[in-house]
Amino acid sequence: MAYSNKVIDHFHNPRNVGTLDKAKKNVGTGLVGAPECGDVMRLQIEVDEATGVIQDAKFKTFGCGSAIASSSLATEWLKGKSVDDALKIDNMDIVEELALPPVKIHCSVLAEDAIKAAIADYKSKNGVSVEAQALA
Amino acid sequence: MAGRKIYLDNNATTPCDPRVVEAMVPYFFEHHGNAASRNHPFGWEAEEAVDYAREQVAKLLDADEKEIIFTSGATESDNLAIKGVYEMYSRKGNHIITVKTEHKAVLDTCNKLEKHGAEVTYLDVKSDGMIDLEELEAAIKPNTIMVSVMWANNETGVIQPMKEIGAICEKHGVLFFSDATQAVGKIKTHPREVGVHLMAFTGHKMYGPKGVGALYVSRKNPRVKVTAQMDGGGHERGMRSGTLNVPGIVGFGKAAEIAMNEMEQDAARLSSLRDKLEKGFFELEEVYINGNVNSRMPHVTNISFKHVEGEGLMMTFNQEIALSSGSACTSASLEPSYVLVALGLGDDLAHSSLRFSLGRFTTEEDVNYAIEAIKKGVNHMRDLSPIWEMYKEGVDLSKIEWAAH
Repeated sequence: MAYSNKVIDHFHNPRNVGTLDKAKKNVGTGLVGAPECGDVMRLQIEVDEATGVIQDAKFKTFGCGSAIASSSLATEWLKGKSVDDALKIDNMDIVEELALPPVKIHCSVLAEDAIKAAIADYKSKNGVSVEAQALA
Repeated sequence: MAGRKIYLDNNATTPCDPRVVEAMVPYFFEHHGNAASRNHPFGWEAEEAVDYAREQVAKLLDADEKEIIFTSGATESDNLAIKGVYEMYSRKGNHIITVKTEHKAVLDTCNKLEKHGAEVTYLDVKSDGMIDLEELEAAIKPNTIMVSVMWANNETGVIQPMKEIGAICEKHGVLFFSDATQAVGKIKTHPREVGVHLMAFTGHKMYGPKGVGALYVSRKNPRVKVTAQMDGGGHERGMRSGTLNVPGIVGFGKAAEIAMNEMEQDAARLSSLRDKLEKGFFELEEVYINGNVNSRMPHVTNISFKHVEGEGLMMTFNQEIALSSGSACTSASLEPSYVLVALGLGDDLAHSSLRFSLGRFTTEEDVNYAIEAIKKGVNHMRDLSPIWEMYKEGVDLSKIEWAAH
């Protein structure tokens, strides 16, 4: 199966690989997938508490080229977005950007799940302040 | 080195030996006759060439040339053997015994026969990929007509205890069929010596052309018959109709002759290169060989690089190095290799596996290059892997509640 050039680029030059300190209050961590399924994604966001904007995002992924590219792309998109805007990222946007074939759509679903899980973790750590910001 | 291409996927198919190609060429134009044309020289030349090739193939098997039925390949031979025996011996019984790690050409054929009234037992394998002989013997019943066990496995290279299986079949009076696709031409495969009555194999796994294979069918003690699955002109003593693929058969014969002469030296050279490959990979942590290392093909190794996904790993070097992965990430299902799962490997290790199959044209330089490139790939993938990071931090991965998807 031939990958798109964008997948190949993200695979060989993954953006934002790494680990944020998950103990920090303004860091949200999402770990999705399972080794038995051949895909595990860990996506982390670091949120500027004053503005609610994601200032940093990091990932590590166990998986195929599409899974790695999907999570790498997700971190690029997350940086600079508000937490609420980040929730609007749809897996089909990733499919389109990376030209993923049908058998690889699950990789984009996993990336969307990872984003949602990271945000949920951040929110559960900071529930009140995020709610307040959303209302403001 | 830019533009380098290394082929370590010889269990998928081998390159055609140039000596084989050379032998085939005259049979496309100069001697283009139909081997079944009995009344002119074009036909005679073709028939003579087929007879000679049949002898070459028979010699490799230490068999009689009348025991060789040419087909289009191993898949057809598997179908002919299993369906042909099932039909021919239907009065004796309807029970077939096979193994979970067989090739799909055997398993799917058996599945289909089940829909037509066959009873099939699929034996498990032990963690080293070998069948349990006691389990095999216990599975034989009065209505058992055939045992089908592959000589060597395509994914792990594990060689089954053929002689012992043959003895059990002989004792109980059941036919023994073996898919020997991965073994013929690479190790000694003499069916009569081990008690195999039918044996499938193909040209393109032994440096011959694609599209030509054979089924060995024992002619005496016992004389085995199969019901033809292809009806027509009654070629191949009525067992397989269809105009013979003369150039292909000539190439297959030549490949058999070369294999017979060079098998031992090829095997010795390739097993030492294979060992070198494994030694190179063992410089990494958490590397496991899958399958019995004392009973396997000389040119094959199947290795799991833990906490790295096989298809992703392949992508780090697949512009330069060709091999296969036990990860099924490329297929529509997310199931990893059923062969590795049958060995009891966890799905995580099965997803992390690569199959290396060396061949006659693999050089030491290829192997040295592959070791370095693949080690680099494993390290790259581990740097990216969250589960490698957790493993390094001492997290017990089995305790994590993974969200399976």
